Amino acid sequence: MTDRDTTTAVIGKDGVDALISVLAGRGRTVVGPTVRDGAIVLAELTRGDELPYGWGVELEAGHYRLRAREDGAAFANSAGPNSWKTFLHPQRERQWTAERRTGSGDDTDTDSREAWVVVPDETPSRSYAFLGVRPCDLRAIAIQDRVLTGGPYADRAYRGRRERAFLVVVECTEPGATCFCVSMGAGPGVDGGSDASYDLALTEVVDAAGHRFHVRAGSAEGAAVLAELPHRPADDTTAAAARERVAAAAGRMGRTMPEVDLRALMRDSLGAERWNDVAARCLTCGNCTMVCPTCFCTSAEDVTDLTGDHTERWRRWESCFDLEFTHLPGGTVRSSSSSRYRQWCTHKLGTWHDQFGSSGCVGCGRCVVWCPVGIDITEEAHALADERAAGEGGTS
Amino acid sequence: MTTPAPYRVVTRTVEAPDVATLVLEPAGDPLPPFSPGQFAMLYAFGVGDIPVSVCAVDGHRLTHTIRAVGAVSSALHGSRTGGTVGVRGPFGTGWGLDHAAGRDLLVIAGGIGLAPLRPVVLAALAAPERHGRLNVLVGARVPGDLLYASETDAWRERGARVLVTVDRPDARWNGDVGVVTTLLGRAAFTPSDTTAFVCGPEVMIRATARDLVDRGLDADRVRVSLERTMHCGVGHCGHCQLGPLLLCRDGPVVTWAEARSLLRVREL
Ligand SMILES: Cc1cc2nc3c(=O)[nH]c(=O)nc-3n(C[C@H](O)[C@H](O)[C@H](O)COP(=O)(O)OP(=O)(O)OC[C@H]3O[C@@H](n4cnc5c(N)ncnc54)[C@H](O)[C@@H]3O)c2cc1C
Ligand code: SF4
Ligand code: SF4
Repeated sequence: MTDRDTTTAVIGKDGVDALISVLAGRGRTVVGPTVRDGAIVLAELTRGDELPYGWGVELEAGHYRLRAREDGAAFANSAGPNSWKTFLHPQRERQWTAERRTGSGDDTDTDSREAWVVVPDETPSRSYAFLGVRPCDLRAIAIQDRVLTGGPYADRAYRGRRERAFLVVVECTEPGATCFCVSMGAGPGVDGGSDASYDLALTEVVDAAGHRFHVRAGSAEGAAVLAELPHRPADDTTAAAARERVAAAAGRMGRTMPEVDLRALMRDSLGAERWNDVAARCLTCGNCTMVCPTCFCTSAEDVTDLTGDHTERWRRWESCFDLEFTHLPGGTVRSSSSSRYRQWCTHKLGTWHDQFGSSGCVGCGRCVVWCPVGIDITEEAHALADERAAGEGGTS
Repeated sequence: MTTPAPYRVVTRTVEAPDVATLVLEPAGDPLPPFSPGQFAMLYAFGVGDIPVSVCAVDGHRLTHTIRAVGAVSSALHGSRTGGTVGVRGPFGTGWGLDHAAGRDLLVIAGGIGLAPLRPVVLAALAAPERHGRLNVLVGARVPGDLLYASETDAWRERGARVLVTVDRPDARWNGDVGVVTTLLGRAAFTPSDTTAFVCGPEVMIRATARDLVDRGLDADRVRVSLERTMHCGVGHCGHCQLGPLLLCRDGPVVTWAEARSLLRVREL
């Protein structure tokens, strides 16, 4: 326990318990998966036994159910209804307040001067530790980083939370029936080209030799934290078992994207018939945008007190499925449901590349699971690819 | 995101029944300089903020012409002298007048679209040696909607060819009637050596740009300013997407070569 530069190790459940207390001891709010109201959600954790030990999930388009697991694994379940964006890019956030100062107190001042003083919201950023970030979600964080801090105008509050966050990744060994991170190059292992850095990466192994976690440190703070946990040196058997499980997971994806250039497919499918087919099913409820870990859109809202002298600017999540999203004085730009689903899908898989340099989809499958009518982005992409291929066949 | 900088309204000029021009002066630190074509997010305290183009920059002073169409624009339009408006910016791409050096200029505006184009006209008049012939073609619904009426004669006197048309003439109108593209035949320009700057309602932009390309202008030399909903101005809110473009960042001024295929798709 004295090795200062630990980079790999093996810990047990007691090590995970200690991880939570060590991170809390370092002033961090620890957030991780836990069972609540019939789902595995992300919430503040104070103890290791709050993790979903022994719970798996049964997923399908429009379907989510908890399922007890014999092996007692904590992380053998895939994405639940919320994601880390709830904490990094919260649903509602105040951006500034403004106060009216009237009258100069000087009787000779005859003009109707009124002044407003604007104060930026400088609520100190919370310092989070995220326990159980899946590789797909690590990619999603990197994607939101580029959107919110990659341009000339960084979102300072986001950046503050992001810079303080300690990320504990857990590799996937049990993909869900709606997962397709392999198609999107975002998982199931952490070295699958993921581009956000992490502090610690865990791989859970449960077998005859016991319930344990293979751990790699990805940062100096990660190594320091690991050194404080009860741990033993990484053994070859555990390391091999961890690798094997992640490799096996890659072969058990429940969904795949068509093997075509999705960006080009989206660009060339703007006039596809398929959008009308989806529109006949889509309720434009916006659930898919709320659960998606990369969807970032927001609307501005001004709240004024009764005197009118104090006003606050708030920003809240918004969905491109909302009719008001493209409200212009002359009318709504995207009024049909087909145009709104097309916007969402082509943005995720296509124009995100143009705007932010990567795909906007990581293959987590949340939008598939939480769509009330089971619309599946992979199925839609396959249908678009088929329509495109048929169209090309017809014209050649 | 940056917070709005308080600016004081130093003058307010009524241009038309629902249009006013505000000249703003920083109440504190000024914002970085704006280029023609760029826009500010103008904040009516407690009401909201909207994108509004600059229609003149004079030192640290900003000039904006605002048409009252809804809650925020009406509040800004109704600002009183001495009042305070919040300003964020400068945002977006400019008209890129520099790229038009040596060429004939076509400035084509529909309605309030003349506001963002006014700084192009003023800059071209200020440095006539840098360009070929300057044409300003203006369309409005009714004569009373024509902006900057007191200035347009001066533009003519300083050498611009200014042509004006209205959709619905009144009893005193004896000028042109019809859409703005009908004026193109009387503009003085060599299509192969001309840059056009177009702003107005989207239907007008489409019709004008198509006409210009038919007349032989390169689609890269037709610059248009597009409008979409904007809540932040800094590329974070997602509202202003037009296919691959975030118009607050990649626009509002884009070339017709970029915009053409996007505007062809309904409800994109
Ligand atoms: C780049 C750019 C430059 C511009 N330059 C100028 C200019 O120089 N001069 C000028 O006059 N105009 C200009 N405009 C147009 C101007 O921004 C719009 O007229 C203005 O946004 C209208 O806002 P409003 O609140 O007055 O009107 P509204 O139509 O009431 O509202 C406009 C905005 O408020 C929100 N909104 C309204 N109603 C609702 C609702 N029910 N629910 C949710 N949200 C709602 C929408 O997001 C909408 O975009 C420009 C626009 C752009 C994009
Ligand atoms: S689009 Fe769907 S599968 Fe892709 S990242 Fe968003 S929620 Fe996950
Ligand atoms: S695709 Fe499904 S979740 Fe998304 S808006 Fe349509 S019905 Fe709602």
